Formats: sequence, C-alpha cells, structure tokens
Amino acid sequence: MSQEHLAVYEVFVRSARGLDHKHVGSLHAESPEHALMYARDCYIRRSEGVSIWVVEAKNITASQDEDLENFVEPMDDKPYRHATHYVLPDSVNNM
Amino acid sequence: MDNDKNEERPAMQPQDEAALLDEFERKIKAEEKIEPTDWMPEAYRKNLIRQMSQHAHSEVIGMQPEGNWISRSPSLRRKAVLLAKVQDEGGHGLYLYSATETLGISRSEMIEALQTGKAKYASIFNYPTLTWADVGAIGWLVDGAAIVNQISLQRTSYGPYSRAMIRICKEESFHQRQGYEIMYQLAKGTPEQKQMAQDSMNRFWWPSLMMFGPHDSESAHSGQSMKWKIKRQSNDELRQKFIDQTVPQIEVLGLEMPDPEIKWNEERGHYDSGEINWEEFYQVINGSGPCNHQRIKHHVKAHEDGEWVREAVRAYRAKQQAKSEENAA
Amino acid sequence: MNVEQQNLFRFLVGLGDDAVVLSHRLSEWCSNGPYLEEDIALSNIALDYIGRARMFYQYAAEIEGKGRTEDDIAYLRDERQFTNLLIHELPINDFAFTMVRQFFVDVYYCEYLKQLCESKDERIAAIAAKAVKESRYHLKRSEPWIRQLSEGTEESRRRIQAALVELENFVGELFIMSDWEKELVEAGIAVDREKLQAGWDQYIQKFLAESDLEFPDSQLQIRGGRDGIHTEHLGHMLSDMQYVQRVYPGLEW
Repeated sequence: MSQEHLAVYEVFVRSARGLDHKHVGSLHAESPEHALMYARDCYIRRSEGVSIWVVEAKNITASQDEDLENFVEPMDDKPYRHATHYVLPDSVNNM
Repeated sequence: MDNDKNEERPAMQPQDEAALLDEFERKIKAEEKIEPTDWMPEAYRKNLIRQMSQHAHSEVIGMQPEGNWISRSPSLRRKAVLLAKVQDEGGHGLYLYSATETLGISRSEMIEALQTGKAKYASIFNYPTLTWADVGAIGWLVDGAAIVNQISLQRTSYGPYSRAMIRICKEESFHQRQGYEIMYQLAKGTPEQKQMAQDSMNRFWWPSLMMFGPHDSESAHSGQSMKWKIKRQSNDELRQKFIDQTVPQIEVLGLEMPDPEIKWNEERGHYDSGEINWEEFYQVINGSGPCNHQRIKHHVKAHEDGEWVREAVRAYRAKQQAKSEENAA
Repeated sequence: MNVEQQNLFRFLVGLGDDAVVLSHRLSEWCSNGPYLEEDIALSNIALDYIGRARMFYQYAAEIEGKGRTEDDIAYLRDERQFTNLLIHELPINDFAFTMVRQFFVDVYYCEYLKQLCESKDERIAAIAAKAVKESRYHLKRSEPWIRQLSEGTEESRRRIQAALVELENFVGELFIMSDWEKELVEAGIAVDREKLQAGWDQYIQKFLAESDLEFPDSQLQIRGGRDGIHTEHLGHMLSDMQYVQRVYPGLEW
C-alpha cells in the first residue's frame, strides 16, 4: 500500500484585520508554497480569513507536559502582576 | 504538531501511571479538555482513533454517493451548490484526519486501514443514489442525523476533536438546508416529482436512523466512551432527538410518513416509531450493503491513480532540497 | 435582436460554453484527486468556472430578451449548438493532462481577461474583472504543478510530454477569430484573440524550456468549436449533464 509522505503543515488564520492568527488545523503539502495554497482552499473557503500562516509541524518547538511543574506553575505565585491584586478606594476602582 | 512526541514517551512506572490516571480522570470530571500532549490511557487513545478516523472516513467516502450526481445536477445553481457541498465533505475529512493525527497516527496509516477494511465508515454511504431526489434526501436526512450527532460531539473531551466538530457544525448547517430545499421543491412540484421525493425519503429514512448505531443496550463501545466523555449522549437519545425534529419537517413537505408507526406520544413527549431492521444494519456494516465494494474500490483507484503524482512531488522536493544544499555548500 | 446584439449574444454564449464545459470536466475530479488537499483545490477551480458560466449566460439571456434562463441555455441545446473552444471539452484524462490543459488556459485567460476588462460593455468588463483574479490564482497553482511533474520522476515527465503532444493541436483555436467577433473587437467590446498568440507562445515556450521541454508552434490546428463542430467527447458530456432536464422537460428543480 502506498504511503503519502507529504509533510504536515500547521495552519494559522487571521480571521479579520486587527486580530491574532489562530491555529485552525493542519494539512499535508509538498512545500510551504503549496501548503499556503491548500490552506486557502481548505480553511478559508467561506472567507474565514484575511491572512494565513503555515509552518511545517516539525519546525514547531512546543512545551512539554512533563515539564509542566517547572515550566508553568512558577507563574502561579505572582498575583501582583494582575490588576485585581490592588485594592483601591471605591471612587477610583475603575482604574 | 504533536505527532512525533508520542513515540518518545519514556516507559512509565506503575505508580506514575496511577497518578497520571487520577489526573486524567480529574480533568475529564472537571470538563477540562484533554490535549494532545497530555498523558492519556492507551484505551482512550485507541478509542478516539477508532471513532475519529471512522468519522473522517465517513466524510471522505460520503463524497461518492452525492458526487454521483454532480455531473447530472439539473441546474447550474444546483450544480455549484452540490459541488461545494461534496467539497466540504472532503474538507471535513481533512479536518478530522488532521485532528486524529494529533494522536500519533498518520493519515496514510488511516487510509490503509480504510482500504483494507480494518477501519469502518458510516454504513449509510453503502446505499446507492438512484435519483436526483436522493441528493435532497441525503442533505436533509443524512446530514441532519450527522449534525445531531456532531452537535453533541462539540462537547467531546478531546480538544482537537471538539474543535474540529465546532468548525464542521458551523459549515454543515448549509448542507442540511440545501437538501431540504431540494425536497421542498420536489414535494411542491409535479406528481412525478413528489413521488420521486417520497420514494427517496422512504429509502433513506431507515438507514438514517441506523446512523446512530445500535441500541444503547447493544452498543459495544458506548459505555467507556460515555465515561470518558468521548461521546456525550447515547445512541438512542440522539436517535430520538433526530426523529422528533424531523417528523414535523416531513409534515411540512406533505409527504407520507416513511414509518406507519410514527405517532406522537403525549406521555413521553416524544414521537414513537417502529423498530429498525437490525439484521440489515449488521449486514451492511459487515460489508454486504449494495455499494460496499464499489465505494472502497473507488477510493483505492483514486489513491492508486494518484500514486505517481505523489511520487513525482516527493522526487521534485528531494531534488530541490539537494540543490539548495549544494548551493549552500 | 439587431446584428450587433446577435453578435454580442453569440459572443457571451461562447464564453459561457467555454466555462461550463471546463467546469464540468474539473468537477469530475471530485473524490478522484491524488490526495485530499488537491481534490478540494480542484473543486474550487471548477466552482470558479461555474460562476463564470452563469454570469455570461445570464447576460446573454438578457440580451436575447426572450425570457430564457441561464439553465435553458446550458441544458437545452445540443452539441451542434454548443460553441465552446475545443480545448475545454477534452476529457480529464490523467492528472498531468488536466494540469497541462489548465496551465495552457490559465496563461491564456490571464491575458485575455485582462484585456477584456477594458471592454466598452461595462457588464462584460465587470465579469472579466472578477474572472481575471480567479485565473491569476489558478495560474499560480498550475504553473508549479507543471514544473514539479516535468522535473519529478521519469513517469511524471513522460505523462507531461504525452499531454503536451495531445494538446498541441487544440491550442491554435484559442487564437482564431471569426468575422463576427472581429466586428465586436472593432466596436470595443471584444478582444482580438489573434494578437494574444505570440505572447502566449513565448510564455509557454520559455516556461517549458526551463524544464527542458519543447512545445512546437503547431501548424495543424483543429478548429470548429465556435461553429458547433466538436470532438466526440462533447456529446457524451452533454447527455450526462442534461439528463434530468431532458427526461423531465420543463420542470423546476
């Protein structure tokens, strides 16, 4: 049985100007240029986007879940980074 | 983007595994989604691969019965709509293959499983499309049944599957509407056209009900799938929902009910209906439907005819890479 | 209709026929593509051409003013009344053939439609303005395909060469003008297709030469499409396409 062996590309679409590109899925293609064209035909058939990024999946470096404890959790104890940490007089509390 | 990592998972110690299972089950219970890099029980992964790839194959094989009428669509508008619809099914297959690949299986492995009969697809597509009305009936009933199922699956516990379902549901609403529009046009047309609509509905009604699978009491995978929230509602619940929403639509068309036992049950607040011919259901699932062989043959032929194209693409790519390396050196 | 309207009608129907016939061929790839992404992409091109056919037919029906619809024009004429240029009707054959044909017509339409945007007939200019964007995208797709297949494997190259030979004699017709069409050119409505040939030849030959392929200046030109003289393939396509309308005449679908 034949294999496909085309590379997997992840697809990111900006749905409207002013918004971030958002991951929407992936596809198989032979080159970045083709991936971009296929992304147009496969992911924005209904004009869901104004801009597309494609990147070959193997080029993405992702955080690993095994590292979660050291990687994400140390962020938990810094409430002073959030606005809600600061209690101000009611009269200026919309700051 | 998560495919490669699964292969490198280190061997687990039993005590680790117990803790991981606890954490996994906590997430399921708390309605948190499971994401590709999360630890998950092997049975969960396998169950998902089975269900999601079956779903993907159904979309792709589902292109054929309706595709059978693209060239004979009776108007240019209908032809554009049908082509766009069948194309969407391909797109949905793509979304689902893409979501399934996050579980560490490649598309070519899935295709091989389909072509060798190891993986199943929805049996409904093993019925032939004989008249133009069948395009209407499929859009209305088959997509209608699929949507009931898919809306429920938007809440599935596996993140990529859930996201694919949300995307697919958004797109499918036009599929059912175009199908009903075809049926409505026929039902309001000449007696000949109305008869065509009636005949088509009669043929597709029961197979559509079968799409929800066996009764809950008979369903092999249901228990575990519900526990892990891969499936959110049972086969019988979803089937009842479909019947309840479809019967009034049949009335609007002014067609005769495809099942004489359909009757509103005040007490239950649902429609009662007749029993499905389960013998036929299992017969078609097990490969003896009218079109089982034809569908797989079609898929294999397209795949084999495309082999030289894919090979050329790979060869060209390799040559280009060699060239750019040469230039870099 | 006066003579000018008759010419205009004929012109629009010809362009509609080109589009409807090619869209039909492209749609035959649906569920038959070499892989899913390409399958989906080919359907998009087919849809572009159906859209184009409808716009030309609708305008033609208005010009004619007899109450016919786009579907009457598409579904109720036989092969002697169809006036598409022959290259559009040839069967899809293999993927190489489909892509070479597409590449050829993409190069042609990019220039043809660009010039048609200047038509004095505003409606035609508007259709051309929409269609030319589609064709530019189609060319962006077909061109790399020809390159890849020409330089991919021995088999893919052999298939490309076979497609070039098969299409060789159907290209010339793209550039042959009838007297009535020339009148429309003089009126500033149509494009002089004869003048596009040199540019087309040069573009194609240069592109193919980069892959060490040749495409001859063909002396032998098979022609007749605009006069309803077709290959044998069109009749079969129409009997398929028109089946429902012919079996149940006069009904709404």
